[in-house]
Amino acid sequence: MTRSNDELPASARAVPESLVNELPRLRLESVSKCFDEVTVCDQITLDIAVGEMLCLIGASGSGKSTLLRCLNLLEPVDDGRIWLDNTEISIPGLDPGPVRKRIGIVFQSFNLFPHMTVMDNITLAPKRVLQQEPEQAQSVARTLLAQFGLEDKAKEYPDRLSGGQQQRVAIVRALAMKPEVMLLDEITSALDPELVGEVLDVVRALKGQGMTIVLATHEMSFAREVADRVCFLDKGKVVEVAPPEVMFSNPAQQRTQQFLRRVLQQ
Amino acid sequence: MTPRQRYEQSERRRSVIVAAVSLAAVGAVLAWLVPMAPGWEAVKRSFFNWPILVKTFPTLLKAFMLDVMIFAWSLPLIIVLALVIALCRNVRSAALFPLRVFGAFYTDIFRGVPTILLVYLIGFGIPGLGLPRPWNSPYLWGTVALVLTYSAYVAEVLRSGIESVHASQRSAAHSLGLSEADTMRYVVLPQAIRRQIPAMMNFVIALQKDVALLSFIGPVELLRQANVYKSLMANFTPYVGAAIIFLCVTIPATRYTDHLLAKQRAQRS
Ligand SMILES: Nc1ncnc2c1ncn2[C@@H]1O[C@H](COP(=O)(O)OP(=O)(O)O)[C@@H](O)[C@H]1O
Ligand SMILES: [Mg+2]
Repeated sequence: MTRSNDELPASARAVPESLVNELPRLRLESVSKCFDEVTVCDQITLDIAVGEMLCLIGASGSGKSTLLRCLNLLEPVDDGRIWLDNTEISIPGLDPGPVRKRIGIVFQSFNLFPHMTVMDNITLAPKRVLQQEPEQAQSVARTLLAQFGLEDKAKEYPDRLSGGQQQRVAIVRALAMKPEVMLLDEITSALDPELVGEVLDVVRALKGQGMTIVLATHEMSFAREVADRVCFLDKGKVVEVAPPEVMFSNPAQQRTQQFLRRVLQQ
Repeated sequence: MTPRQRYEQSERRRSVIVAAVSLAAVGAVLAWLVPMAPGWEAVKRSFFNWPILVKTFPTLLKAFMLDVMIFAWSLPLIIVLALVIALCRNVRSAALFPLRVFGAFYTDIFRGVPTILLVYLIGFGIPGLGLPRPWNSPYLWGTVALVLTYSAYVAEVLRSGIESVHASQRSAAHSLGLSEADTMRYVVLPQAIRRQIPAMMNFVIALQKDVALLSFIGPVELLRQANVYKSLMANFTPYVGAAIIFLCVTIPATRYTDHLLAKQRAQRS
């Protein structure tokens, strides 16, 4: 069922040279996920290093969101294994709570809780899951809000904020859990073009702080700028993994070339 | 005042006048036509008898306090029970499947039987078991019948509210590490309840009236008191008095519900 390592594209295993001393933070081995007979993630094998930023690119429907949801255990995988720092997290029946504490996810559609203020959105999980005192949770939240230019929004409800502000609040909400890995799923796709920049700035800042990030994105120029490696998915399969300089100027696979030609033309 | 505001004000004044005039015209026509009916004098004597109304109204009002009390202590029970049933119907884990079945049975049965029938069956049936006081009170068991029926309806309203909360809200809560119970308590239920408050208000109004069904099994509440007076005085005016009292409560409640609904619709659009 599982392929041996020799058959894999070498680049899927190789982590960037600057990071070789570290263990991979996330390791995926032949991860497959089906929805009613349709294989959405097909034998995906990938290592993600500590502090690495990996960008997932691929046409819509290629399985980027599903892969991220599997990493956060929002979807159980059907086959294959996932390790987080050498602990397998894909064991069926495993309590997902402790894993989700360590892996944050931010969605395309923000998914803030509309009946709570920004402050309550951010402090709910730290209070309930990390058992923080309300004062402590609030002070963490205030620090993070200030860091992302949202200090005056704590008492607002989400529907009073712009899309860009809402998405930044969603990022802060995930960060308040002090995750070791952040999964960002097309976090700028639902935004008006003029608001994309402010959210991408947050991602740059996160990378600057050494966060391990997996980012599904359609923003090719952003991926080229910040990614350590870029992974191209097609119909649920990893077609090619390469550093951005290689991926965007000299991709090895023909399918990658076709995809990039199509999206970069627009 | 801008010309536009002046125009709108005059339009408003005009429509108020038109409405008032047409209402007065309809009233006048009715006041002129109805007394021409052959039975009007008899109806007036037996339904709209002012002295009898004045004489019975205070006692009716006092009897209404019993309705209010039954209402006041059944409402919280209904809400708690409805919440429990709605949550039963919503459990996902296989181990708790029997709870789902129980919830479905409960709502099917208690929504399927006419309220008055349940009031009879439970209100007469259980005291018939010969339990000691106070467990033999039809007042108690009649209220239980109301609670069972209404909690089944309210549970369904809550359940559809829970299902209307988008799956992405659950995903977001889970992704933050919240447990199933916390996700329900802090994320799903508050949104579900808020969305369904107008629908639940309709059941509150209906309950307010259905308390009168207990008059058939014993407690001397408003309707039964009116009934006593009717027999005593051979006159239907006490029923009209009872209707007035019910309307005084239900009309404001209905208006308020409509107001809530309109507000919600405005928010959603
Ligand atoms: N919960 C689900 N049930 C059934 N099919 C799904 C579900 N989630 C995703 N899919 C399908 O999986 C495929 C990949 O979707 P997705 O992971 O969202 O791709 P991407 O994020 O790359 O656009 C799509 O064809 C989609 O219809
Ligand atoms: Mg997607």
